[in-house]
Amino acid sequence: MLPLNVTITQITEESPLVRTFFFDHRFEDMDPGQFVMVWVRGVDEVPMGLSRNNSITVQKVGEATSKLFELKEGDSFGLRGPFGKGFTLPSRGEKVLLIAGGVGAAPLSPYAEAASAAGAEVHTILGARSAGDLLFEWRFEALGDIYASTDDGSKGVKGFVTDVLKGLDVAAYDRIAVCGPEIMMASVFRLLEERKVLEKAEFSLHRYFKCGIGVCGACCIDLSGLRVCKDGPVFSGIQLLGSELGKYSRDASGRRIKI
Amino acid sequence: MYNLTGLELKNPTILAAGVLGTTGASLCRVAREGGAGAVVTKSIGPAPKTGHSNPSMIKLDCGFLNAMGLPNPSYPGFLQELEFAKNNSAVPVIASIFGGAPSEFAEVAEGLLPAKPDALELNVSCPHAEGYGAAVGSNPCLVEAVTAAVKDVVNVPVWVKLTPNVADITCIGNAAESGGADAVVAINTVKGMAIDIESGYPVLGNRSGGLSGKAVKPVAVKCVYDLYTALEIPVIGVGGVSSWEDAVELMMAGAAAVQVGSAVYDRVDIFSEIGAGIEAFLERKGYSDIQKIIGLSHEMV
Repeated sequence: MLPLNVTITQITEESPLVRTFFFDHRFEDMDPGQFVMVWVRGVDEVPMGLSRNNSITVQKVGEATSKLFELKEGDSFGLRGPFGKGFTLPSRGEKVLLIAGGVGAAPLSPYAEAASAAGAEVHTILGARSAGDLLFEWRFEALGDIYASTDDGSKGVKGFVTDVLKGLDVAAYDRIAVCGPEIMMASVFRLLEERKVLEKAEFSLHRYFKCGIGVCGACCIDLSGLRVCKDGPVFSGIQLLGSELGKYSRDASGRRIKI
Repeated sequence: MYNLTGLELKNPTILAAGVLGTTGASLCRVAREGGAGAVVTKSIGPAPKTGHSNPSMIKLDCGFLNAMGLPNPSYPGFLQELEFAKNNSAVPVIASIFGGAPSEFAEVAEGLLPAKPDALELNVSCPHAEGYGAAVGSNPCLVEAVTAAVKDVVNVPVWVKLTPNVADITCIGNAAESGGADAVVAINTVKGMAIDIESGYPVLGNRSGGLSGKAVKPVAVKCVYDLYTALEIPVIGVGGVSSWEDAVELMMAGAAAVQVGSAVYDRVDIFSEIGAGIEAFLERKGYSDIQKIIGLSHEMV
């Protein structure tokens, strides 16, 4: 598919470095957890998780996202997708625990809403640097119990999401969905592995994407060789056993970079 | 088993260069789950390259356009991936290499030897990397010199991958053969471009790129057909193969084996499917072995 031309209908400042861009197209059949390739014309094209079927939530980190932050309502950009494999929807009556860190709350928020609509009970651990960075807190709060953690202790538990997780009975949940910085996800992974509940867990990975459609191989993970853009970005805990998660990723040239 | 330039393949399908070949684990997956008879790595060069900016690949109705820009970690950075593929794939692993001059090709080839690649494939055909690929592969003298330079420093088979973006591909094929190539591979992608009419921007980060997939199969059939006539060495066919029928067609044009690239988009195990399809076809038609269909169309008219 050629990139779809979308126009920005609204921009919401979630925090100084995070903005949500609403656009004039709805991906009605998106699976929460899927991503789109966002084409900032003349600069680059980068993957972004959909935070709703008509919005992306972006952290300003590099050239493409900085350029995106210069755009105003009425400006346009290109979109390809939705691509990849999203989170598995729960069944009615299941208990779901979401573990979100930083901008990782973006793809988990539509999943939380879809899970709730499917009749599941949704609890969330939401972590960030400080209170003002707790992304989409109000969306998770509206669905069920929420536990916050902040690095500076300005809200909830002072520390990391794992500090909250340690105090929860993970066995009580049917599904666990995780998205956040890789170091956080690796800590959560180890904890869930210790508690022997990895088979219930799904993790949304981020890797450098080139083609975004499963052909080039730039985003393949060790040791399975699975493609993050097509076989993921959401993987089951079992698929990630013995993987590179938390150890290293690869840059645009394919060189390994320590996490 | 099937012999190709001295390599033993379980079936005549090979993963094409530049596709799912960035990591050793990915190459192993294509061999094990995908069923490929052999795998070719991403093209590796003398220094790390990040490639072109995105979009670097888009799907069109008729195929795919890509301008990756030869991203690679350089040969020292790729050794561990190549070693992993060699140790765990259970199929021949061919290292694709590129450079800007014969000496650079030789340097990369020698640099990868410690990982024991089963063969080398020389990329003189990438259509969108300035100073590399087709910039080298459009010049017969340079192709001969590059081939000879690599042959001088390695004792494994050397394949040369050709570009269709030249007036006469057989002239380049002959140059590779004169340089001592053990086989040629045809074709690399056909120059192409797409423009976003909403904004006027070229879609690819590099503006233009290479066309692969269904649209280029007739181009591949013609190039393989002509090369089969012109050369003594085997021709390995590649370009738009996504089914066993496509593979058989390229073989009848003269391909001794077939590479598959873009079609992994549909399914990674396309190789098993094509291999089984070829076997069933041979049986149905009563061909005693695959050699009977290689170049068959040349005998018909």
